[in-house]
Amino acid sequence: MSCIEQMKYDLLLERVSFKEAREFIEKNSDEVYYVDPGYKIFKDYYIIGVPPIAIGAKGDELIFTYVKPCHGTFVMKIKSIEEIQRLRDEAEKKILKSLKKGVREGASASEKQTDYRSVFK
Amino acid sequence: MDKDAPKRVLLMMGCPEVPVQMSIVLYLSHKLNIGGLDVTVAGTDAATKLLKVSDVDGYYVKKSVDLDQCLADIIEKRVDFDICFAFMHSDAGMTFAATMSAISQARLFAVVFGKNAEALAESIEFKCEKIVAKAAHNPAPLKNKIDKVIAELLS
Repeated sequence: MSCIEQMKYDLLLERVSFKEAREFIEKNSDEVYYVDPGYKIFKDYYIIGVPPIAIGAKGDELIFTYVKPCHGTFVMKIKSIEEIQRLRDEAEKKILKSLKKGVREGASASEKQTDYRSVFK
Repeated sequence: MDKDAPKRVLLMMGCPEVPVQMSIVLYLSHKLNIGGLDVTVAGTDAATKLLKVSDVDGYYVKKSVDLDQCLADIIEKRVDFDICFAFMHSDAGMTFAATMSAISQARLFAVVFGKNAEALAESIEFKCEKIVAKAAHNPAPLKNKIDKVIAELLS
């Protein structure tokens, strides 16, 4: 049993498909982040799901999916400003990484030397 | 890993409410074990209990593991498999298989059965090989398809 079941949570949706759960999170959150399957939240809960997996934040509550093989997908919320901040930080890192990549690619294109021998052939 | 070590196979059970699943898991595990592969069966608590009662002396299934623990071990890179059969008859089962597709290097077979097998198989968007049979109580249609895969894996 995951630690989630021992935490104080509220169920927002029960026994739905994963797609319905994702759409619910996208519509009912102030902020939405997308993570890969296996993303760990709290102490020992690894998110199960079909990518892209949406995790929402509304106020200080984290909104996420919880899948049980015999019961389908649940959407639950748990108060955790720490987990929300971690999602924000990771999203920021990803943006910075992609910006740096863009700068590097731009630089390498502009730095590319022109071979004038081929131009004047 | 030793090149000559037997291939590691994971049979990932879904919810055990459809009877053909347990029958095919025991059959497939046995066939692959006697074919020289290293087979592990993962399941929920309920599925594992059914398995242990059905195969009380561990004749067909040599290794079993809790499904959540198995996924955690793969995610944390403590273990991985060469081949995985993910059993599913519902959206939740498909969701677990999608997770396996993302976290593991295993060659993935989606074993889709139950009344809505065809529609469920069509909803699969991740990379896998599909074994689909509209079977709930009668394992024969699924067994026939599984036999072809076993023959290929053991050839």
